[in-house]
Amino acid sequence: MIRVDGLKKRFGAVQALHDVSFAADDGKITGLLGHNGAGKSTTLRILSTVIRANEGRALIDGHDCATEPLQVRRSLGVLPHASGLYAHLSGRENIRYYGELHGLRGAELNRSIDQLIDRLSLGGVAERRAKGYSQGERLKVGLARALIHRPQTIILDEPTNGLDVNAVRMLRELIRELRDSGRCVLFSSHVMQEVAALCDDIVIISHGRVVVRGTPAEILKATGAPDLEEAFVRAAEQGEGT
Amino acid sequence: MGALWTVFRKEVLENLRDRRVIVSAFFFGVLLAPVIFGLTTTMVSKRAVANQDKPLNLPIAGASNAPNLVQFLRENGVKVEDVELTSDQAMSAVRSGRQDLVLIIGEDYGKALQAGESAPLSLVVDTSNSNTAPSADRARQLLSAYGHQLAMLRLMVRGISPTVIEPVGVQTLDVATPAGRSLLILGMMTYFCFMSMLVGGFYLAIDTTAGERERGSLEPLLTLPVSRSQLIIGKMLATSAFMSVSLLLTLATFGVVLTFIPLEALGMSANFGPRVILAIFAIMVTFVPMGAGLMTVVASFTRSNREAQSWLSVVMMFPIAPIMFAVVTGTKPSAGLMAVPSLSQHLIATSLMRGDSIPALHILICAGTTLALGALLVGAAIKLYQREAILG
Repeated sequence: MIRVDGLKKRFGAVQALHDVSFAADDGKITGLLGHNGAGKSTTLRILSTVIRANEGRALIDGHDCATEPLQVRRSLGVLPHASGLYAHLSGRENIRYYGELHGLRGAELNRSIDQLIDRLSLGGVAERRAKGYSQGERLKVGLARALIHRPQTIILDEPTNGLDVNAVRMLRELIRELRDSGRCVLFSSHVMQEVAALCDDIVIISHGRVVVRGTPAEILKATGAPDLEEAFVRAAEQGEGT
Repeated sequence: MGALWTVFRKEVLENLRDRRVIVSAFFFGVLLAPVIFGLTTTMVSKRAVANQDKPLNLPIAGASNAPNLVQFLRENGVKVEDVELTSDQAMSAVRSGRQDLVLIIGEDYGKALQAGESAPLSLVVDTSNSNTAPSADRARQLLSAYGHQLAMLRLMVRGISPTVIEPVGVQTLDVATPAGRSLLILGMMTYFCFMSMLVGGFYLAIDTTAGERERGSLEPLLTLPVSRSQLIIGKMLATSAFMSVSLLLTLATFGVVLTFIPLEALGMSANFGPRVILAIFAIMVTFVPMGAGLMTVVASFTRSNREAQSWLSVVMMFPIAPIMFAVVTGTKPSAGLMAVPSLSQHLIATSLMRGDSIPALHILICAGTTLALGALLVGAAIKLYQREAILG
């Protein structure tokens, strides 16, 4: 469960986040929607404890991202928008490295790796070096790496960028599966259809502010738009006006 | 501690599989440096030996004009060769390298000698050709010895003591010990050791910050429940391990190469058994934390791999500059100099090779200051890793 309250973040002269507040519940898929540069990645980076907000609070399962980063990280799985695999390690070794850094060892670790390789149908590629992986294979290994410690909260930053249709379908299936097992999934995107197809809750962010949030139906009502695409455009404009 | 070990192991494994790292780290230290060193030293010593043994070949144009001089040269072991060349032809022959040198004796030589005037001789040489410089030197020395002999005879004929024209008598006493003379060449060796040490850790230091950032692997790594200090210390340990192994391999290779180099021919001897190699390793390895820290700190300010590489190539000159200075000026060890990292390791290493005794205080100051500075730089690298700017 994620609770974000009044986040502000400044990089030098640029105010990246003015006021970001929202909540993402367990057993739900929450989409963070916005144009490029709206503040999605900054928000996700604060949640994944890589950077700190100047003001406001971000809590994951009750732990403060700024003051208790290690507790937060233990129950958090992150898929960054660049896969960031180590090219000279095999897929299995990449996954194992993250597992070991999560403190997993021995038979327990091996079992988790095998389960994930099986679930993501990585059998054929897991022993190969990551150097020659396709986009889809990189995504799968990246996902396995993010899920190796069975995190309660999963954050995905623009996960569908540059993927082919099959990989996108696989990803959606997996995300739904994670939701159905009671996890909290937060993912960012700048593609409305993407979010509409998958999300239980949507947070639209524009120019560093949350302009509207709620279920798709609530968002349609709030913006008075006939469809979600129109709602997104109106909401983004609204952010521009302020 | 577990995480630190995990990071260390992964870095070592990953870099051992990277051909670029292996080539630069181990190829340079283990093959390139000793080969360059071996070739230059062998060539220098071979040439020195060859020049000592070889009789001087002296082509003379107009030998018939000075039979006494030619006789004197023959008596001094010169192989005289009669050539028919005008002075212009002689000059072009030397310039083009067909002749090493040519002595031209003019027709008026005999006349001038009889009249008691300065008799003209021309020695055509090419000073830009270092191959013929020893021959030219010997020819010059013999000619001036002949002139000296004539001058003394003339003075004695006039009843004047020949010492009149020798107001000072200079005698050169060479006190260089064989091992001492080889130091200039062996000084080159510590330089190569430092190079291979730094090159050995070069890619790992870059990879720790700029490399991980560029590949996009830094951000997910920082979301793991491991403190950033543990990550960077694990990475710097891997860098240090590569540096140490590279240094040890280089020293061992030098040990092998030196047994093949005819240093004795140069009147040199090198003290380079396994015990000396280990002692040199022990003193030079104190530089590893400093080198690793320095490279990591510099790399953490750069935006990309490429930028890090160009900056680090510059930074690698810093530890090497004092050594080049010391080799050229022949600096002697002193307690004060032991506080200068890299220079102190160089001085102690050369003392070890020379077989000199080394004051314990020197070792203490050398290791102490270098390790302390190393700790400072490692601390700085850890501090820099905590910044948000590390993400670029």
